[in-house]
Amino acid sequence: MTAEHHHPAELAPVEARVAAIESVLVEKGIIDPDALDAIVQHFEDNLGPMNGAKVVARAWTDPAYKERLLADGTAAIAELGFEGPQGELMVIVENTPDVHNLVVCTLCSCYPWPTLGLPPKWYKAPAYRSRAVREPRTLLAEMGAVIPADVEIRVWDSSAEARYLVLPMRPDGTADMSEEQLAGIVTRDSMIGVQRL
Amino acid sequence: MTAAPLDDESLPRDNGELVFEAPWQARALAIAVALTEELGLPWDTFRLRLMDEIANDPQRPYYESWGAALESMVVDLDLTTPAALDAAAPTERAPL
Repeated sequence: MTAEHHHPAELAPVEARVAAIESVLVEKGIIDPDALDAIVQHFEDNLGPMNGAKVVARAWTDPAYKERLLADGTAAIAELGFEGPQGELMVIVENTPDVHNLVVCTLCSCYPWPTLGLPPKWYKAPAYRSRAVREPRTLLAEMGAVIPADVEIRVWDSSAEARYLVLPMRPDGTADMSEEQLAGIVTRDSMIGVQRL
Repeated sequence: MTAAPLDDESLPRDNGELVFEAPWQARALAIAVALTEELGLPWDTFRLRLMDEIANDPQRPYYESWGAALESMVVDLDLTTPAALDAAAPTERAPL
């Protein structure tokens, strides 16, 4: 990983301090790293992606907003109040009947925190990071998203210069749903591109 | 994990949802939750320290106060010392 491509490697003092506290407590057997993982996982699974879901639902219901979102993701997302670290330089990639988009960060874990929260563990795993590029169709199928052979898969490598968010296709049978109801059916995984709604 | 600590008003919320600006903040939160649970301490053991840290330096970013409260708690509980934390501090971020 290079500092130019991704976030800087040096730690803020408080970040180093928290890491030191964790390592000391784990070493003494006072806390279990797996328990910490479970707690963090809870945040990852239950928090954050609702913001991105609101962005998607707005884009599905407001054509002018969708146009702005595709033209300047960062600004359109900020309209809904979602901005901050790792939320700059947002690029929205739209799924169509012919194209399925998949987001990865091959070198570390660049991820749009304001819209998706913290990245899930698998997103940071070497297997996902390498296979998403090398064999995306196979990987997606293993993750439960079978992409028809005639649909092109485009893989986007997030970095400090661009963080990608997938705009999924609005599912059939949702014409009567309100924007709020639509936000409820948008999942984190669909906005990373490892799931089809 | 019990639900009680997460319902506490001292946790950072935005529109009712917990928010983090960086992974270490989630880690810091998880350490506080896990430690109080593991030692059977009331959440106030941590929360009161956090309130003090915030009051002492209201302009400081929230999670810096959180980290300071965490350090004060583990040191006062004799779980470690500032010198041991100095020695254990990493110089680079681990791969995320």
